[in-house]
Amino acid sequence: MSVSQQLQGIWPFPGGIKLDGKKSLSCQTVINHAELPRELEIPLSQHIGHPAEAVVKVGDSVKKGQLIGHAKGFVSAPVHASSSGIVTAIEERLVPHPSGLPALCVIIDTDGYDHWYDCTALIAKNDAEHNGLNALSAEQITGKVAEAGIVGLGGALYPSAAKLQTARKKDSDTLIINAAECEPYITCDDALMRNRPEEIILGILLIKKVVGAERCLIGIEDNKPEAWQALLDTIQGYQRASHEHDKQSIEIIQVPTRYPAGGEKQLIQVLTGREVPSQGLPMDIGIICHNITTAAAVYQAVYRGEPLVSRIVTITGGAIKKPQNMEVAIGTSIREVLDQAGWHKERVDKIIMGGPMMGFALPSIDVPVTKATNCILVSEPGELPTPPPAMPCIRCARCADSCPMSLLPQQMYWYAKARELEKVQDYNIFDCIECGCCSYSCPSNIPLVQYFRYAKNEIWDDERERNKANLARERHEFRQERLEKAKKAKQEAARLRKEKLAKKKAEDKKNAAAAKDGGSKSDNKPASSHADLIAEAIARSKAKKAQQQALKKNTENLTEAQQKQVNEANERRKKS
Amino acid sequence: MSEYFLLLISTIFVNNFVLVKFLGLCPFMGSSRKLEVAAGMALATTFVLTLSSASSYLANQYILIPLDIEYLRTITFILVIAAVVNFTEMVVHKTSPMLYQVLGMFLPLITTNCAVLGVALLNVQTGYNFFESIIFGFGAAVGFSMVMVLFASIRERLASADVPEIFQGAPIALITAGLMSIAFLGFTGLDKGLH
Amino acid sequence: MLWGILALIALAAFFGLLLGLAAIVFKVESSPVVEQIDALLPQTQCGQCSFAGCRPYAEAIAAGEAPINLCPPGGEKTVQALADLLDVDVLPLEEDEVLEGPVVAVIIEDTCIGCTLCIQACPVDAIVGAAKQMHTVIESECTGCELCVAPCPVDCIEMIPVKKTISNWRWPEPQYDVNNEQAANIFTTIEKVLAESTHP
Repeated sequence: MSVSQQLQGIWPFPGGIKLDGKKSLSCQTVINHAELPRELEIPLSQHIGHPAEAVVKVGDSVKKGQLIGHAKGFVSAPVHASSSGIVTAIEERLVPHPSGLPALCVIIDTDGYDHWYDCTALIAKNDAEHNGLNALSAEQITGKVAEAGIVGLGGALYPSAAKLQTARKKDSDTLIINAAECEPYITCDDALMRNRPEEIILGILLIKKVVGAERCLIGIEDNKPEAWQALLDTIQGYQRASHEHDKQSIEIIQVPTRYPAGGEKQLIQVLTGREVPSQGLPMDIGIICHNITTAAAVYQAVYRGEPLVSRIVTITGGAIKKPQNMEVAIGTSIREVLDQAGWHKERVDKIIMGGPMMGFALPSIDVPVTKATNCILVSEPGELPTPPPAMPCIRCARCADSCPMSLLPQQMYWYAKARELEKVQDYNIFDCIECGCCSYSCPSNIPLVQYFRYAKNEIWDDERERNKANLARERHEFRQERLEKAKKAKQEAARLRKEKLAKKKAEDKKNAAAAKDGGSKSDNKPASSHADLIAEAIARSKAKKAQQQALKKNTENLTEAQQKQVNEANERRKKS
Repeated sequence: MSEYFLLLISTIFVNNFVLVKFLGLCPFMGSSRKLEVAAGMALATTFVLTLSSASSYLANQYILIPLDIEYLRTITFILVIAAVVNFTEMVVHKTSPMLYQVLGMFLPLITTNCAVLGVALLNVQTGYNFFESIIFGFGAAVGFSMVMVLFASIRERLASADVPEIFQGAPIALITAGLMSIAFLGFTGLDKGLH
Repeated sequence: MLWGILALIALAAFFGLLLGLAAIVFKVESSPVVEQIDALLPQTQCGQCSFAGCRPYAEAIAAGEAPINLCPPGGEKTVQALADLLDVDVLPLEEDEVLEGPVVAVIIEDTCIGCTLCIQACPVDAIVGAAKQMHTVIESECTGCELCVAPCPVDCIEMIPVKKTISNWRWPEPQYDVNNEQAANIFTTIEKVLAESTHP
C-alpha cells in the first residue's frame, strides 16, 4: 500500500456553499458509551426497501445481537436485538420520521446483563494481515454483511449487501470511501476515524475485496486534520507491516470543505473527475461509494461477528450541556440519550435529527435511535432561526449558482408551484439531491427544496395511481372475458342438453314402439339406459370440472403479500 | 428571386397575419395555453395555408375565370379548401398515424379559419401568380407559427407567475397579445428598407 | 347565373363523391382518443358516471355524449387531464360529497354469511371466498368503487380510508403565501423606512 499525501486529483464540483461548520462543539477524542435503557424500541424498518419481518414473539427472551426481524426480499436488511432481555410487545410506535407516523417496532425489556448472542466471527483480528483476508471469499463477506443488517450509514440506508452484490457484478474499478461529513455540527464520523482507524481500514479492505476494485480513495474534508492523520498513520502502518508495494491501493485525499462535498455524486467528481450520468448510479461509471461508518460496521461483522446493534451519535447544539459523541444502542429512546448528555430544557428551540441542512425536526423525542440517527441537534433560540416568510422570486439565480447538481431551481420552482409535473421532470428534478443549498442561498427565503420534495412525491403518486389504474383495467377486462367465456360455455351446455333430451325422447319413442312390438327385449332396456344416464352425468361433471380448471382465475398471479393476506383470511375462516 | 424572398419576409414580419392583420385570432387565443398544442396548431396551419393557397389559385384560374363566375369566389373557396383539407386529413390518418398524432386534431378545426380564407382571397385580390400565391400562403403560415409559439411560451410562463387576481387568465393574455402586436409594428418599413 | 349554379353543384358533387369514397378507402378502425381517455380514467369501474365502467364512459366522452366531469374517484385531477387532452374547458366536478382520500372495502368477517353476492359485484375480482365461506377483500386490488356494499344482504362491508403509513406518506405542499401577514408587515416596514428617509 502506498499513500499519496499531496492534494492531487481535485476536480471541484459546481455550486455548493461555504457553511460555518460548528464542529468544534461536539468534537472530542472520546466516544462516550450511553447507558443501556430499561426499554428498547427497535423499528423493523430502518432501511430502504421492504421492512423486516419479526421472527420473535411477545414473551421471548432475546440476547444482544440475536435476530429479531429477518430481511424480506433482495433490498431489505435484518434487524437485531441491541441488548439482552424479553420481548414485551411488537406494536406500532412512533419512529423518527418527518411524517410523525408510527411504524411496527419490537419492544424489548432489557435485563441489564447485556449478554451477547453466540456471534461467530469469520476471522480473528490478529489473523487479519492478508493471510486471513485472502482466505475469505467475497460471498462469505457479503453473506456476513447481509446477516449483520448493515445499511448505508451515510444516510441513504440502502442495504449494503445488495449494493455490494450489484457492484461486484458490474466490475467497478474504483472504491470511494466517503469520510467527508460535510454537514455542519455532525462529528460522529470524525470521532470514529480518530478512535478506530484500524477497524475502518480493515473494513475498507474487506469491501475492496468484495467489489474487486483496483484502487480505493478515501475522501475527507480538510477540516478534520486529526482524523486524516489517524487514518494516514494506520494505512502507513499496514504498508510497513505487509511489505507490499502495490501503489494506488488505498489513498486518502483531503478535499476542500464546501457543502455538500459529502454528497455521493459530488465526492466522486471531486476525487475522480468523473460525473455520474443524469439519473444514473455511480456503478454506471465503474465506481462504488460507501460511507466510512459502513466500513467500520463491515469490520465488526466480519472480524467480531457482531451485527449492527449500536452506532455513534453526535449530540450537539446550543441547548446541550455537554455536546459529545456517544455510542448508543439502537432502539434507545432519544429522550434518554438527551438526558444523559444533559440539556437545558428551558432553552430548547428545535430538536432535529441529522444536520441543519438535510435533517428534519423530530415529531417527538420519545422515538428510538435508529441505524439512520447520526446526529441529534438541539438548538437554542436564535441558533437556527426559522426563515422569515417567503417573498416573491426575483430571479437572481443564486439558487442556480449554488446548485451542486447544476440544475435550475428557479425554473423547477415555478413549475412545481404551478403543479406542471411534466415540466418539472424536463428540468431533471430527479437529479436533485435535496441538499438544500438553493433554499439556503435564496434571498427571498423561498422553501425551494421543500417544493422539490413535494413535486417528486406528487410525480411518484401519479405514477402509482396510474399503475393501479392499469392493474384494475387489466383485472376488469380479464373478468369481462371470463364472464363472457362462462356464459358461452353455459349456453353451449344448455344446447347440448337440449339436443340430448330431444334424442332421448326420440329414442324413447322408438323404444316404446319397439316395446309394443316385442315384450321380452324391452325389460332390461330402461335399466341399461339408467346406467347410461349415470355414466353420462359423471362424465358431464368431470367435463365441467375440467372446464372450470381451464378457466383461469384472477387469483392466480398474486404477489406474496396478497397471498399472505388470503392465507390469513383462510386461517381466520377455519377458526370461526 | 429576391422578389420572392422579399414577399416571404414581409408576410412573415411586416404584414404578420395575426399581429398586424388580426386574422386567425381564434386559434391564437384558443390553443396557445400549451406549447405542444400551439406547435401542433402551427404545423397544421402551415400545411393548410400552403395547400389552400395553391388549391384556391387553381380553382380561381381554371374554374371561376373561364366560367366567368368570379362572384361565387368566397363560397367556392370555402368548398374547395374544406374538401381538400378533409381529404388530406383522411389520407394522413390512414397512411401516417405518427403525423396524424401531431396534426390530426387541428386540421378540421382550421379549415374554416378566417386566416385560411383570408390568404386565398388576398391572393386573388393582389393578383399573385401561382408561385407567388404559394409563397404568400407559406409566409403567412410561418408568421402565424412563429407568433403562436412565442405567445404560447409566454403564456406558459404567465401560468405560474404571480399575476394580480383581476388580470389572471384571459385579461393578461390579451394584454400580452397587445404588447406583442405593438412590438411587431416595429417591423413596419423593413421591406422598404430591404428594397 | 345558371352556369354558376351548375358549376357549383358539379364541384360540390365531385368533392362530396371524393370525400365519401375516401371515407371508405381510408377508413381507420377505432379512434385512438378512446384509448387515451380510458388511460386517464382511474379504472375503478364504479359506474358513478352512470356508465357501465370506465371504458364505456371513455367511449361516451369521445363521442361527445358525456361531459368530462362525471368521475368522482378521479377527482379534479382527472377532469383537468381530460380537459387538457380534449382541449375543452375544465368543468367543476359533479358529485354529492367530497371524497376524503382513497378508501378500500373491508368485510366484517363475523357477520359475513358467505353469500358470494359481493364477489359477483366486484368488477376487479378483488374479493375471494366461496359459497357459505367467509369472504375477504384483497386490499391491494380493491379500487374502492363501493359496488360491493349495496348487494351485501347483511351489511357487513365497510368502506374504510386507506391507512396512512410511512411508506405512503408524502411531503405536503409548502405553505407559502406572499400576501400573508408577516410579509405584509415587512412591506409596511420598508414603506415606513422609505417615508421617513424622504420626509425627515
